[in-house]
Amino acid sequence: MKGHLGTRILQVIPTLLLVSVYVFCLQQLMPGDPALVLAGEERDPQVLAQIRAELWLDRPLPIQYFHWIGNVLTGDLGFSWRIRQPVIQLIAQKLPVTLQLGSMAFLIALSIGVPMGILSAVKKNSFWDYLANGIGLAGLSTPNFWLGIMLILLISVHLGWLPPSGYVPLSEDWRQSLATTIMPAFVLGNALSAVLMRHTRSAMLTALEQDYVRTARAKGLLEWTVVLRHALRNALVPVVTLGALELGTLFSGAVLTEQVFSVPGFGKLIVDAVFNRDYPVVQGVVLVTATVYVSLNLLADVLYVLINPRLRNA
Amino acid sequence: MSATTAPAVPAPAAVVSLSPAHLAWLRFRRRPAAVVALVVVAVFIIVAAFAPWIAPFDPIKTSWTLIRKAPSWEHWMGTDENGRDVLSRIIFGARASMSAGVISVTIAAGIGVPIGLLAGFAGGWADTIIGRAVDAMLACPFLILAIALAAFLGPSLQNAMIAIGVTAAPVFVRISRGATLDAATNEYVEAARALGNPAWRVAFRHILPNIVPPVMVQITLAVAGAIIAEASLSFLGLGQQPPAPSWGSMLNSAQRFLTQAPWLAVFPGAAIFLAVLSFNLVGDGLRDALDPRAK
Repeated sequence: MKGHLGTRILQVIPTLLLVSVYVFCLQQLMPGDPALVLAGEERDPQVLAQIRAELWLDRPLPIQYFHWIGNVLTGDLGFSWRIRQPVIQLIAQKLPVTLQLGSMAFLIALSIGVPMGILSAVKKNSFWDYLANGIGLAGLSTPNFWLGIMLILLISVHLGWLPPSGYVPLSEDWRQSLATTIMPAFVLGNALSAVLMRHTRSAMLTALEQDYVRTARAKGLLEWTVVLRHALRNALVPVVTLGALELGTLFSGAVLTEQVFSVPGFGKLIVDAVFNRDYPVVQGVVLVTATVYVSLNLLADVLYVLINPRLRNA
Repeated sequence: MSATTAPAVPAPAAVVSLSPAHLAWLRFRRRPAAVVALVVVAVFIIVAAFAPWIAPFDPIKTSWTLIRKAPSWEHWMGTDENGRDVLSRIIFGARASMSAGVISVTIAAGIGVPIGLLAGFAGGWADTIIGRAVDAMLACPFLILAIALAAFLGPSLQNAMIAIGVTAAPVFVRISRGATLDAATNEYVEAARALGNPAWRVAFRHILPNIVPPVMVQITLAVAGAIIAEASLSFLGLGQQPPAPSWGSMLNSAQRFLTQAPWLAVFPGAAIFLAVLSFNLVGDGLRDALDPRAK
């Protein structure tokens, strides 16, 4: 097991190095001279040369990369061109908001997707199976920004139950915090619940055909005991790990959801940075997202080994 | 003497050998939802292709006397904040969505399939390098990478399609690599190699046709993903630029008038949902038809 985990951790290093190369290359796609963007109205060649020297833009590309990655490894993701703050500081301010939203979305997705998957598998080829599959497919096909707008229209505008936008930190007022984040979290968890439903259904169908389930039934146990205590416990292993793999996709969804509900999180940070042409922030956000995503994948792998007795004892 | 006649021997039932494509079509037809979805997809494509002849009004012509009119007999889906007919904008918006779907997936498959074929067929260091490069690209969440690419390239529908295509390519590399590894173990591939065929000929003549089914399924599902991605980028202002219509940008401007004109948000979103759902259903149907074991 240790060998497997060691290899897996070592594999992450080249992946992250390549990610850093991609992120660095993004800047090269930028039309025009970054120094001109920074200088604004200023066109004095001396000022432009000074900016280029400060940003190392006057050096060859490989040198620029090594200078940049060296800074990144010490936690320096550069300075925001617009807000004039270190990028890492901006990310540290916004990340907790998105993490709160993402955790709530994951819980919502689990509490909708897993029961629907169980029902679908237990009642295979019945009305309930078709209904659950239909809802799952609809969930995957609904753009989350549209779902968000429709929920605002129904729940905030027509019913007046929840605020349509904004964010209150959990530490300030937990009730208001829940009120402002429950709708965006539901929207964010929507597609994930559909994915979890499909994984649970598939894993449950496999588990329900196993000998231990047949034995449990032969012992005369109640059907729901067989399903929940024997089949589900085994089916949850792949569901949890596959679910962890999907956590990274919540970041993509958060970009649009935070935009719709005006939640000042990580997603809104990248969109604002894009429109302000604040490229160091865009690069920083992509790099941090990829690192978190790779780490979550690694965590999912480790989790899979830890909760699977056959791999654990290997 | 009575003439004896040989007992009538029933003619042997004609041995019908159906091509794999015909068999797949028969299996596909058994799924009514997929067939209906295929019809809906065809309707969307026709609407997109013949938009100028189908749309009842000019999609970008503004009218100060028709601002935010509710749906009526004249304007079935109402009018927007500039007095433009919403139905006509949705019809023309189908062009942006369908072309984004088709062009970006063509870019993705055009990059991904040859690279996947090379990785699976060549193996060794080429496979390792390509595998690492793909892993690194897949490490960046799809939409975030597409937003970053579109941002650096500049906001336009064309750049959005390039960004979506490049970002979606790694999935095609993975799928075609896996399918190539699978196909390469077949006896006819070994026979082709044993006969002395050059590697490129074995790859393109014998392996490529066999990786088409999984790639086809991925193409259909990727079109659905590309439509959502284009709508998302346009919603954020990184795709189709105003006044040209796009479902995503229509939803963006609809947000400002939710209380006064909710129809502005309902119809473009419903169009995205219907198009994506249809492509997903066709993709699911194709997967079951082309690979019944995967069901």
